[in-house]
Amino acid sequence: MSLKKTRFKYLGESLIEGNIKITAILAIIAVFLIFFFILRESLPIFFNGEVQQEITFGKFFQGIQWQPVSDHPRFSLWPIIMGSLKVTMIALVFAVPVAIGAALYSSEFAGRRLKEFIKPVVELLAGIPSVVLGFFALIIMASFLKNIFGWTYRLNAVNAGIALGFAIIPAIYSLAEDALNAVPKSFREAALGLGATPWQTAVKVVLPAALPGVSAAVLFGMGRAVGETMVVLMAAGNAPLFSLNPLESTRTMTATIAAELGEVVFGSGHYHALFFIGLTLFTVTFVINLISWALFDGLMSKLYGAKK
Amino acid sequence: MQTGINRLEIKDFNLYYHRTKALEDISMMIPEKKVTAIIGPSGCGKSTLLRSINRMNEMIDGVTVEGQVLLDGEDIYQQDIDVVELRRKVGMVFQRPNPFPKSIFENVAFGVRMGDNVPAKQKLEEVVERSLKEAAIWDEVKDRLHRSAMELSGGQQQRICIARALAVEPEVILMDEPASALDPIATAKIEELIFRLKEKYTIVIVTHNMQQAARVSDFTAFLMLGKLVEFGPTEKMMTNPGSKLTEDYITGRFG
Repeated sequence: MSLKKTRFKYLGESLIEGNIKITAILAIIAVFLIFFFILRESLPIFFNGEVQQEITFGKFFQGIQWQPVSDHPRFSLWPIIMGSLKVTMIALVFAVPVAIGAALYSSEFAGRRLKEFIKPVVELLAGIPSVVLGFFALIIMASFLKNIFGWTYRLNAVNAGIALGFAIIPAIYSLAEDALNAVPKSFREAALGLGATPWQTAVKVVLPAALPGVSAAVLFGMGRAVGETMVVLMAAGNAPLFSLNPLESTRTMTATIAAELGEVVFGSGHYHALFFIGLTLFTVTFVINLISWALFDGLMSKLYGAKK
Repeated sequence: MQTGINRLEIKDFNLYYHRTKALEDISMMIPEKKVTAIIGPSGCGKSTLLRSINRMNEMIDGVTVEGQVLLDGEDIYQQDIDVVELRRKVGMVFQRPNPFPKSIFENVAFGVRMGDNVPAKQKLEEVVERSLKEAAIWDEVKDRLHRSAMELSGGQQQRICIARALAVEPEVILMDEPASALDPIATAKIEELIFRLKEKYTIVIVTHNMQQAARVSDFTAFLMLGKLVEFGPTEKMMTNPGSKLTEDYITGRFG
């Protein structure tokens, strides 16, 4: 019997393989196209003289006001950069301890039944549309927090940050839990066998061993927080104030695009400025992802030895 | 029997996994500062018995026990026993080397650091050095104490794990097929080590390797289907077994 392939024997397989390949390539092309589109729409700020009469790159960093629609439009990005930073940080401060605590609990301490309950329920939180979360934060949580703490403004960075925290908890929790679960059981046995308590085992052995995955989870959550729009649009008060005070209303870069792009004059300086904000966001999330990869690799080789 | 020589005693011990009886009426004395081997075919409960001695089976769902395991006359299955303290007295080395993804130093210092009184840095360094020397790996790692233990070879990793267990100054060391994942040369090193360690420690070792039991142990327990078939001095077991089953097993008729 000959071992040579007959011509059509694997035709079906190669068709399927080809199809899958095409879809993968399409996905990558889509990402690149989006990037190039955003890039193209923001480039006139640098090269188009007409547009530059209204807006230049330098103007983004002059002053502290974002007032694109006025007789003297001002395009300072500082207030909305500040807004994004403030809200993201507050969201992380709130979400990271909750998510990692929950992940530690369900992977290390909860019994099997409880664990099988916790994980899907937390992940269900991810299925809540962000507009619903925003609505909740806008109507209910804002009044609740204001009454408790006696804040001046209902809608502020803390309110938005907490709501945003709820939006990113499931992602961080889920990835962190996977990372903790992937820690070999033998590490836990070794620690317990050396007379470590379950808490010591969780915190001194399992968590450090899962650190590459857990920190990647946190950075992933951060990327989500920076990019999340609807929650912050609804819950942050939507005022682009340049202020460090977390109890004042604020507005993020994403919310600015969402709120203004619908009504902007096509081709105007304002229009291109919004695309430039988009480009900035794109870059920031890209850099966060890069850092998370680098961190993951670095920690992996530090903990588990250099790659052979 | 004389007290003081038999510090560890297993008495009418039964272990159930859900409703299945995994260990049945095991009674044996484990002599102090000797090596006791537990042998038997796969699935006979060797590891389960070993892990009963420092209550490691509690990590597994659905395990219940009856009977006693006495350490210095105290039943370790009493309600108010501090399992953490028990495991500091009864250390364990596992089948596959399982160093933590930390530096060699941190691996060995781990158990000491988890204790109630963490010694000063200098004392800790002494403990680490002593343990590594006892585990016969000091010379190989003394220049790289702060490198990841995961970079070492399997045999070296296993000796780090032994050093790690020694650092908390246990009285008993349980070894669950400590050489089964290692090559013959690394195995020989571990066996040599076991031979020297019995001067100071009581050692219980599970092995499926008859020659290994013959080489390293003073006493041997032969287990089959969760029952203790025979227990006695290794030499007698190997040359003149008291039971037909033992004979068949050690001559290789099954197992």
